[in-house]
Amino acid sequence: MEQPLLQVIGVRKAFGGLLAVNDVDFWVPEGQIASLIGPNGAGKTTVFNLITGIETPDAGKILFAGRDITGCPPHVITRAGIARTFQTLRLFPNLTCLENVMAGQHVRTKAGLLSSILHTRRQREEERQICDAARRCLDKVGLWHLRAELAKNLSYGDQRLLEIARALATEPSLLILDEPASGLNNVETARLMELIREIRDEGITILLIEHDMDVVMGISEWITVLDNGRKIGQGTPEDIQQNEEVIVAYLGKEEEDFSWNSCN
Amino acid sequence: MEVVSEAKEFPRRRLIYGALFLLLLIFPFKAGPYWTDVATFFGIYVLLGLSLNIIVGEVGLFNMGHAAFYALGAYTTGILNTVWGIPTVWLLPVSGILAGGFGYLLTRPIIHLRGDYLLIVTIGLNEILRITLINDPWGLTGGPNGVLGIKRMRLGSLVISRPIHFYFLVLIITTLVVMALLRLQRSRIGRAWNYIREDEVAAEAMGIDVRSMKLLAFVLGAGLAGIAGSIYATKMMIISPESFTFWESIVLFTIVVLGGMGSIPGVIVGSAVMMILPELLRDFMQYRMLFFGAAMVVMMVFRPQGLWPSKRWQLEMGRETEE
Repeated sequence: MEQPLLQVIGVRKAFGGLLAVNDVDFWVPEGQIASLIGPNGAGKTTVFNLITGIETPDAGKILFAGRDITGCPPHVITRAGIARTFQTLRLFPNLTCLENVMAGQHVRTKAGLLSSILHTRRQREEERQICDAARRCLDKVGLWHLRAELAKNLSYGDQRLLEIARALATEPSLLILDEPASGLNNVETARLMELIREIRDEGITILLIEHDMDVVMGISEWITVLDNGRKIGQGTPEDIQQNEEVIVAYLGKEEEDFSWNSCN
Repeated sequence: MEVVSEAKEFPRRRLIYGALFLLLLIFPFKAGPYWTDVATFFGIYVLLGLSLNIIVGEVGLFNMGHAAFYALGAYTTGILNTVWGIPTVWLLPVSGILAGGFGYLLTRPIIHLRGDYLLIVTIGLNEILRITLINDPWGLTGGPNGVLGIKRMRLGSLVISRPIHFYFLVLIITTLVVMALLRLQRSRIGRAWNYIREDEVAAEAMGIDVRSMKLLAFVLGAGLAGIAGSIYATKMMIISPESFTFWESIVLFTIVVLGGMGSIPGVIVGSAVMMILPELLRDFMQYRMLFFGAAMVVMMVFRPQGLWPSKRWQLEMGRETEE
């Protein structure tokens, strides 16, 4: 068993009276593809927001590579090596694809106001480095030919890929993908799964939220299941498929299942 | 294809800009003092527009109280010169630095506000400052009369006093500022500002320290406005609160929006429309506002992106890496 890269310990988050995440413990082993799954409203995206610093947990701890990152602002967490994509796409719509991906390099470079105005040699070299890195990332997802296009003009599937390229450009050790396959057709989904494996093979640990069970079971090596803000299971895909509680959460007890269907 | 045509076009564009600059150099010798003065004030407005464009255009922060920073620069020069007799040449950078410093102090507590909330608070800042100036704290600001008898700048034996002197002072500073801002636009800092404008949450997730980047924009914008204020003070020799009203802030905001947010040529075009047209329309004084109001409405309906919207610079990038 690999060393955990990310450890979430007893994390809790409430929005008003709603307890969105309730004492959740889980870990992500290094170098693997891990998934966080659960029915709608289980608190998956909240957990992502807590890990990436967009929300601050009310209680609990988040350790990344042994370092406590609980409550750190997002830019510090990104610098530490966690990159993410968003469930609802959050690109920079009026900037080109290349510029979008260049954003990722911001944390890895440091030219300041003065060196930018003076156009120093180091600043120019750094700009070249930013372009090269952006090019590699665009190449990786196969969007280099669209580099000069505004992000908002891309197809939905390409926008998803662009978000992944942008996240990769931060040179992360953990890449968090929030429902990357939603809205994609079968061909695009297959391509995405291939891409995720390639990224993993480069040594980047992946944590994804996904609804599509075929994707989750097909790609994950480690799965954590949430329901109603609680963790109800963790393990390999085989373990999870056998887990009673998980099956109930997903399929419902028989009589409940029936009533839900009649509602729809 | 595109890339090639762009490469060919580049020297031609450089030629056009060179010719334009040459025209600017000859202009005051041909135009006479009145139009030279008009051009000088135009230059001051370009400077102010550029400074506000950093905040509104690049970062997308609605600042409707920019005249406050303009006033801070002008009053810094006025007070330090008349009370302590510090030469105004020194006060040019000092006013910039002080206005920038005040920009930092004033916006630090409100920097987290977004959109319309920030807009309202900046209007408040503008009004508070104007009323403070009228109330003459510690007898420094001279109340409604303002500060009188500000000395001209002296560079060696040259006293910057004639319209043509001011013209060149403003031309040099504006040119330097434009060059610096063009470089900033193509830098990591300028891009970070644009990322924040486009999507603040995504920018933060990409590792951009949104708060300090916004503060940097405010400090830089306020500092530049302060320098413009200092030039204005030595040009007029008299400054009073009525030059720095909310209306002034509206004019500056309009320059940025009219020209095209985040576009440097846009600011110049916008300033021209807001400054030179009224001079041309002086004979129709009564109808000036009517004309402006109508033009504004027509603009926003038919050309919401501004007269000269900012261009993406990817083609230049593409040229480097195309092969």
